[in-house]
Amino acid sequence: MKNIKFIIAGTLFGIIMYKSEAASWYRIQEMFRFQSIHMYGIIGLAVAIGVPMVYFIKKREMKDFTGAPIVFHPKAWSIPRYLFGGTIFGLGWALSGACPGPIVVNIGAGFPGYLVVLISAVLGTFVYGFFRNKLPH
Amino acid sequence: MNYILQPWPWYVSGALIALIMFLMLFFGKNFGFSNNLRTLCTMCGADKYAPFFQFDWQKQSWNLFFLVGTFVGGWIAANWLSAPDYTVAISTQTVEDLKALGFSEPVGFVPESQFGIDALSNWANVAILALGGFMVGFGARYAGGCTSGHAISGISDLQPASLLAVVGFFIGGLLMTHVLFPLIF
Repeated sequence: MKNIKFIIAGTLFGIIMYKSEAASWYRIQEMFRFQSIHMYGIIGLAVAIGVPMVYFIKKREMKDFTGAPIVFHPKAWSIPRYLFGGTIFGLGWALSGACPGPIVVNIGAGFPGYLVVLISAVLGTFVYGFFRNKLPH
Repeated sequence: MNYILQPWPWYVSGALIALIMFLMLFFGKNFGFSNNLRTLCTMCGADKYAPFFQFDWQKQSWNLFFLVGTFVGGWIAANWLSAPDYTVAISTQTVEDLKALGFSEPVGFVPESQFGIDALSNWANVAILALGGFMVGFGARYAGGCTSGHAISGISDLQPASLLAVVGFFIGGLLMTHVLFPLIF
């Protein structure tokens, strides 16, 4: 039952995404129209805490609960991969009003339209994987 | 209890998201939700069609348990931790902009006209949802991560690639909202 902790962490994440309204289509529209600090405050504060947190984890060489070192995986630099991939993701984020986590939050919250979004997201991932070596990375 | 039932302010939510990231690092995992989409492809047999899906998906099963939790969390928050007549209070300017596009006054958490059960019999709407989801899935894997992997985890680790990905998220999001929304809706 070593996976129970991931279910609990995911449950907390789902509750936070709903209660913060970060999973709300309305809030995403408001964010892309720059009409409230709300979403910028959420992401900005998470990063403002996250940067020193990661810094200290690295500096103190902290261990995870099993005693293994906490490792970070640097991402290889590329312009087309992150620019094109990111832009396509952003188009979908604004259109569906949800990124992958909030898609699942909304299904749990009882909005069946997000089942269509989830199935299509899995399909989009498959099409990416299928054409991966033909795309600029 | 009242504080829990009301929507949570951004300064509480942002801190709690950082806590989730710390929790996942403490569990020995890197926080990134969209990897689940690749795992789901492999579980459905996509490894027979592309090498990208040939990996031991059971090593990613922890993330699927996280996904199951996310579903449960959405259910708990909507059914037990929110007022029944609750509507997301967005800025009046956003409401006006959405009305100008033909959307009705905000009601509830997301628009029923797009995501409610009746909206599934509207084929134009289903096509929009499918297109949105397709781009989220395609783009997340192309960019090697989504909001959690890049905007939260990647930028916290000061990864230039993640910063560029987030710039891309906004190029796409602004293009969709300001240029394509008036054409689609």
